[in-house]
Amino acid sequence: MMELLQTLENFGQNLLGPAWLPLWTIVKIMVIVLPIMGSVAYLTLAERKILGFMQVRPGPNRVGYWGLLQPLADGIKLLMKEIIIPSSANKFLFVAAPVLALAPALAAWAVVPFGDGMELANVNAGLLYILAMTSLGVYGIIIAGWASNSKYAFLGALRSAAQIVSYELAMGFALVCVLLAAQSMNLGDIVRGQQNGYGLLGWYFIPLFPMFVVYFIAGVAETNRAPFDLAEDEATIVAGFHTEYSGMGFALFFLAEYANMILIAALTSVMFLGGWLSPLDIAPFNKIPGLFWMLGKMSVMLFLFLWFRATFPRYRYDQLMRLGWKVFIPLTLVWLVVIATWMQTPYWLW
Amino acid sequence: MNKLINFFKSFLLLELLKGMSVTGKYFFAPHVTVQYPDEKTPQSFRFRGLHAQRRYANGEERCIGCKLCEAVCPALAIKIEVAEREDGTRRTTQYDIDLTKCIFCGFCEESCPVDAIVETRVFEYHGEKRGDLYYTKPMLLEIGDKYEEQIAKDRAADAKYR
Repeated sequence: MMELLQTLENFGQNLLGPAWLPLWTIVKIMVIVLPIMGSVAYLTLAERKILGFMQVRPGPNRVGYWGLLQPLADGIKLLMKEIIIPSSANKFLFVAAPVLALAPALAAWAVVPFGDGMELANVNAGLLYILAMTSLGVYGIIIAGWASNSKYAFLGALRSAAQIVSYELAMGFALVCVLLAAQSMNLGDIVRGQQNGYGLLGWYFIPLFPMFVVYFIAGVAETNRAPFDLAEDEATIVAGFHTEYSGMGFALFFLAEYANMILIAALTSVMFLGGWLSPLDIAPFNKIPGLFWMLGKMSVMLFLFLWFRATFPRYRYDQLMRLGWKVFIPLTLVWLVVIATWMQTPYWLW
Repeated sequence: MNKLINFFKSFLLLELLKGMSVTGKYFFAPHVTVQYPDEKTPQSFRFRGLHAQRRYANGEERCIGCKLCEAVCPALAIKIEVAEREDGTRRTTQYDIDLTKCIFCGFCEESCPVDAIVETRVFEYHGEKRGDLYYTKPMLLEIGDKYEEQIAKDRAADAKYR
């Protein structure tokens, strides 16, 4: 496989010279972005199916066999719908906001390793890049809420801003623990740091278990998913920041939300669940390509996202803030010290 | 001490896990959904659907124009006009039910001394323009003729409880 790619690369290099690199990069971007878009579409179906199953009903099953064409029908519907721009909205920002929400959600994928060496960019400060990109996503939401010039949208944007600022801290500290353990900010190296020949036991979710939980919960909050979806709390503020959006604008926010979910699932797998590594380092398991392990782990985390949504009622706003500031941040700070101390002792096995 | 136990309990997320185990169990539970147009739920013989006017076996309409149904109707959905027919019997000249007013309580059916006005099991009907759901006497009789077999069976099943 790798030899084949190398041959292709050499061939292209000879054929096109300096024009080859941008072309090849665009091809690689497409290879990452298109499956993500497809996964987003089918994640919406999975969500509706899983929510349905947990509520003892079958979920969508009319469009195509087992409802498999439902995302397609939804997509076509949203594309055909009229885009209504409120007369009092700031037109430029109103149109720009969905793009600003989606772009960082896709850009962050550049450094995610899907397998050993299977990443678009092998950035040494990958973790920082991820933190920067995931924080940028909130601007789309804030701008959407402000540009709509509607009280519900504005309230949603305010909530979202405060929430993301609060949970970013806990998330950042949890990741600091990971980079402390891995002693690298390169996502590939973080995964390699979890490879110690004992499979599952080498992964960081064991020494960093509280951080794993905090990171994932903060990730759920960061993506504005239930039970932390106060930015689009339909019971109190209609649809929150995207109240005024219809058609494709709404679809872009939807895409961004689900792309972010998949991203958080991927990052959790990379940081804590050993990325592309197989859970048992013995014959039949470590022969399976790492890509499949990575996708499998992501699927499990995504299932958890949907399971949470089916189970938990929405947080009240003050509870949300309490959890972020008074539970997660102290907890991460304590565990940071614990890990730092632990690593100085001979009992650190990772 | 209790406080300490609660502290650790909430940190171990036990209650959240318990909640997730419940939804997790239901994930594998058989679905209870009835796929409506393909499957239908069983109906009682007392089902109260679309109204019908019945006839006797000899083709004579049952209604004697006593206006009990009109009087009992809580939604004032029934309008009856009565006149004497050539043979000297009392018959309705007009018997209208406004289905948009009707609340399907079944009082008309219960008050009727001759089982003339009944509610059938039909519930899948519609009107396409204003006034389509204003059913007149010939329409009600037509429904009665169409579903007489089912209506008679349902009345017979209910007879021992009346």
